Amino acid sequence: MSTQLNKQAYWKENLRLLTILLTIWFIVSYGFGVLFVDALDTIKLGGFPLGFWFAQQGSIYTFVILIFVYSVRMNHIDRKYDVHEE
Amino acid sequence: MDTQTLVYLFVGTTFALYIGIAIWSRAGSTSEYYVASKGVHPIANGMATGADWMSAASFISMAGIISFVGRDGAVYLMGWTGGYVLLAMCLAPYLRKFGKFTVPEFVGERYYSQAARMVAVVCVIFISFTYVAGQMRGVGIVFSRYLEVDINMGVFIGMAIVFFYAVLGGMKGITYTQVAQYCVMIFAYMIPAIFISMMMTGNPIPQLGFGGTLDGTDTYLLDKLNGISQELGFAEYTGGSKSTIDVFFITVALMVGTAGLPHVIVRFFTVPKVSDARKSAGYALLFIAILYTTAPAVASFARLNLLQTVSEADYTKLPGWFQTWEKAGLLGWVDKNGDGKIQYHPGAAFEGKPSFKKDETGVNGERLLENSATANNNELYVDRDIMVLANPEIANLPGWVVALIAAGGLAAALSTAAGLLLVISTSISHDLLKSNVMPHISEKQELFAARAAAGVAIVIAGYFGINPPGFVAQVVAFAFGLAAASFFPAIIMGIFSKRMNKEGAIAGMLTGLIFTFAYIVYFKFVNPAANNPAHWWFGVSPEGIGTLGMILNFAVSYCVALVTAAPPEKIQHLVEDIRIPRGAIAPVAGH
Repeated sequence: MSTQLNKQAYWKENLRLLTILLTIWFIVSYGFGVLFVDALDTIKLGGFPLGFWFAQQGSIYTFVILIFVYSVRMNHIDRKYDVHEE
Repeated sequence: MDTQTLVYLFVGTTFALYIGIAIWSRAGSTSEYYVASKGVHPIANGMATGADWMSAASFISMAGIISFVGRDGAVYLMGWTGGYVLLAMCLAPYLRKFGKFTVPEFVGERYYSQAARMVAVVCVIFISFTYVAGQMRGVGIVFSRYLEVDINMGVFIGMAIVFFYAVLGGMKGITYTQVAQYCVMIFAYMIPAIFISMMMTGNPIPQLGFGGTLDGTDTYLLDKLNGISQELGFAEYTGGSKSTIDVFFITVALMVGTAGLPHVIVRFFTVPKVSDARKSAGYALLFIAILYTTAPAVASFARLNLLQTVSEADYTKLPGWFQTWEKAGLLGWVDKNGDGKIQYHPGAAFEGKPSFKKDETGVNGERLLENSATANNNELYVDRDIMVLANPEIANLPGWVVALIAAGGLAAALSTAAGLLLVISTSISHDLLKSNVMPHISEKQELFAARAAAGVAIVIAGYFGINPPGFVAQVVAFAFGLAAASFFPAIIMGIFSKRMNKEGAIAGMLTGLIFTFAYIVYFKFVNPAANNPAHWWFGVSPEGIGTLGMILNFAVSYCVALVTAAPPEKIQHLVEDIRIPRGAIAPVAGH
């Protein structure tokens, strides 16, 4: 049973998840990889300056993880509000 | 077997494979032709998206570009991957739920307007042609380098192959061919990368070797690279030289452009369910990330290797690959001070693109150039493509690895070309003919029109491949900038705002388009002399201006929508409906 109210609650929860994940997306790529890259470069991760690592490696790994987290969480939310596909 | 025979064998086998798949999976209906009947497994779609996305430029040129610009190369790495996050979370699942065939179709229905749909069709065709011309050229170049045929002949062969499987198989044929092409491509990229990583750092995983120490020493590879770069007068490899604001804007434009590129979006129309669209975007990015995290490692290995091998080296004592690639015209040396040694420093060694004198060699045996030498102390010209192409020889790998690179480069170019041609043909047959010019054609006729359009598109793309307009490199900025400034905001607002109406969306798209187009045309064509940070608005280069276009699009749409009537009730229901996964059904053939 998906009533109007239920649909709105579903959409709200979807947007909340989206906001959290896109905030992480922004901080890791634009924050660590662009805006604060020089500050982070003073820290070393093995042979990598940390900012450089985020810009050329870390951000990409984060992107992959974010999408899979989104996919799993959304499947859960779909079921919770009973709007999943048969 | 010698390397040449192996190249023929590998390329021939992969081509036979692609054709075999095309015959096995040929399309019989428009639904099969446009979206493979929405029956593609998410993992298969992920691989196909990877192959679709990674073009000849990603495969051959990207590592080379990063190699020369160091940290600034991150704009491409982040820009061309981060868009998938937006795609997975903000576009793909909803467009899949909408459940039609093309991007202009969504724009047209959501904004209840044929005009909006036509604006979208024009953008799709322009963006796709820009891109596909470069791919055809890539096919020709790989052919000429490895198979010793003329570039034009190479373009013809490439056209014939793509014609065969794109026209016959449609989306279904393309999808399964792209899965095979992804495997060929990634294998071809990783093998030399793994060997070079082991050779230089002792670590078989390039992503780790890149941050490790040089084999047999305590020196980190990147420290060594920074040191040598600075000694020779180059910028520090891990330091950036572009301004932060420009890096920021270019990265946004590339990310948003990626998420707005029609041939990428349409791939997510092919999976069975909404939840599959989300998952599939994850797989797509995972498969792309394998290459994209290896590329910066290859870039640093190749850079260090090059600097160590050539700097102050006696020309006559250089390893064999130097002459091989000098012969191919990718390396050029002018001995300015006559000491017989190569001095490699920043700046161009000579004016313009290298043009070699026929069969004339200098005192050391080097090929002589017709170009006039510049006044600086740099004597070496290096084409960036060499960083990937010469890798197997630099690492002393056997002939079959060279053959693999040739097959991989072709796979990368062909898969992207096919995806783009399909988008062009669908826009013409479905969005232009069926919905507008000739609404009464039968499904059979529509399918025929799609195939004919694909055929014509291939001929046009081939023509641009053989006679490349001088501006191919410049117009790539267009494709991303325009996608970012036009589609992306229109689609996002179409899903996330029920209040957004046709007036707002059309005004926004036109503003974004015209602004971005004008800015790029001004700095690239009208007044290229002013193309520098002093003249750019807010210090944003034409490559990054799509971001500003996108912001303008959002702002104009919002303001116009505020003062005009809300969209009809029916449309508001449509928006509510696409937000809910349940009820996604495959469209009836021919609808």
